[in-house]
Amino acid sequence: MKHPNFLTKTALIAGLTSASLAQAAAPAPTLEELWTVIQAQQKQIEQLRKKTARTDEKVEATGEILEQQVASNKAGHGGSSKSTFGGYGELHYNNLEQGDGEDFKEIDLHRFVLFFGHEFSDKMRFVSELEVEHGGVQPGEGKTLGGEVEIEQAYIELDINDEVSAKAGVFLAPVGILNETHEPPTFYGVERNPVENIIIPSTWAVAGASVSTNFDNGISAEFAIHDGLKIPTTGSSAFRIRSGRQKISNSDATDPAMTARVKYTGVPGLELAGSVNYQSDISQASSDGADSAVLLTTHAIWTRGPFTAKALYANWDIDGDAVKAADGDKQDGYYVEGSYKLTKDFGIFARYNDVDGIRVQDEFEQIDVGFNWWPHEDVVVKVDYVDRENNNDSDRDLDGFNVGIGYQF
Amino acid sequence: MRLFTLVLICLLPLEALSRGVYQQPTDFINEVFQNNAPAAKRLWITGERKKISSDILGHPPLSLRLRFWGQGSRTAWILEEIGKEKPITVGIVINKNRVERIKVLIFLESRGWEVRHDFFTDQFKHIGLQTDTELDKHIDGISGATLSVRALKKLSRLALYLHSQTDFAHDAP
Repeated sequence: MKHPNFLTKTALIAGLTSASLAQAAAPAPTLEELWTVIQAQQKQIEQLRKKTARTDEKVEATGEILEQQVASNKAGHGGSSKSTFGGYGELHYNNLEQGDGEDFKEIDLHRFVLFFGHEFSDKMRFVSELEVEHGGVQPGEGKTLGGEVEIEQAYIELDINDEVSAKAGVFLAPVGILNETHEPPTFYGVERNPVENIIIPSTWAVAGASVSTNFDNGISAEFAIHDGLKIPTTGSSAFRIRSGRQKISNSDATDPAMTARVKYTGVPGLELAGSVNYQSDISQASSDGADSAVLLTTHAIWTRGPFTAKALYANWDIDGDAVKAADGDKQDGYYVEGSYKLTKDFGIFARYNDVDGIRVQDEFEQIDVGFNWWPHEDVVVKVDYVDRENNNDSDRDLDGFNVGIGYQF
Repeated sequence: MRLFTLVLICLLPLEALSRGVYQQPTDFINEVFQNNAPAAKRLWITGERKKISSDILGHPPLSLRLRFWGQGSRTAWILEEIGKEKPITVGIVINKNRVERIKVLIFLESRGWEVRHDFFTDQFKHIGLQTDTELDKHIDGISGATLSVRALKKLSRLALYLHSQTDFAHDAP
């Protein structure tokens, strides 16, 4: 078995030796031949250099064109035009039990909202918000869809100069915290707080005109003249503020209202604001016992690191014999809320609300505790526990939990 | 209506600025380099750089490459990010891998104008980047300006990351 292996190795060595000898015998290239080779290689290098430069130019030119296209497209999410769109929505599940033992279990597409905007020029723009509540509307008694379709914003904004801007149309009254900023990822709690529902009738859209300015020291001011509330003076919702919203639908403009707000945001994490709303006749009807009305609101927001504290107070003072007799001349409420972000994506909160509205069911104290989880900065999952104690009727107490998902884009 | 007109007239001469061009980007660069700005360079946002930039912004970068100006251990960047609907143009200077200065140059959003003020942007001074490309210091937000605040935080993170990709990075080879 060893002989074949030995013969193979010997033949291989002999072959390699003869090849080396033959190579050693070949004549070395002359200097002229080497010079020719070097020149040819140099020519190739030059050609490659030129080719690389041309490629670079083409890449640069392509980059320029792409950048120009990007620049023309970045007017907004709506594409290449000056029109933009966005929106938000929230789906709620409520699992609550009333004091009288009645359960309230419901799932509801509470809000689905689309924003449309258009930039007419650098100084003039259109802003709108179209909202569908509770899944939609269906005309007729006993129909499944019991929601609303509403225009909550539709105004033209004009920059009068670098300092002052004005708007006219349908806009959100500059009061409270939630009325203007209510995208679900921006606040804690599945349902909005009751103070900014019963006392401040959010979302409170008004029609009229406003002027605003922002100062360098962090103070901003806004003044608006707009359609007023028209609260009912009879029936189960008599003198109820929320029932006075006219929703810009053939609104009675006999007694317009005015709202002024001053806000301070001159320190990071701090917001202080106060607003006043005045209407000469809140029912817009004479001799019905409901006359002039003033709403005062004030709030503070303080964020330091992961901790945020919020407090808001709102108070209606309404003149008139009938409203006074119904104990509705003073309607007010406040809440305090503390929240803490355990991580960038997860925060817990607790809120105490005290509401003193006109109806029996609108007079209560309520505690909310829960958490928000943001799987994306524009998407939120919310869970909270609610415990409400009615001031007058324990049958109207409420406790249970809510789950919600919200988003904005 | 007379009251409304009166308020309008009273507000006209006040010194304030909500939206618009606060400083032209070229003026910002000249100011940063004291009218002796180096030639602009371009950084291609491709490959791993594109992936990390996308992670920071939450969407792919709008540009294939970004212009910057570098000198010594400093780089200056003009970056844009949409707050809610409109782009916010920001000038950012990075020095020795930390933010030296951040300034809002053009602001076209209708809300969130407060981010342009020094009381807000001063928070970014000397801020750096953690290994996970998050800022190494907390930035206090502004209520009602959430999206504008978010845009500035993203752009400062992006500038810090891109600076580390240049020859001007403090520990560049």
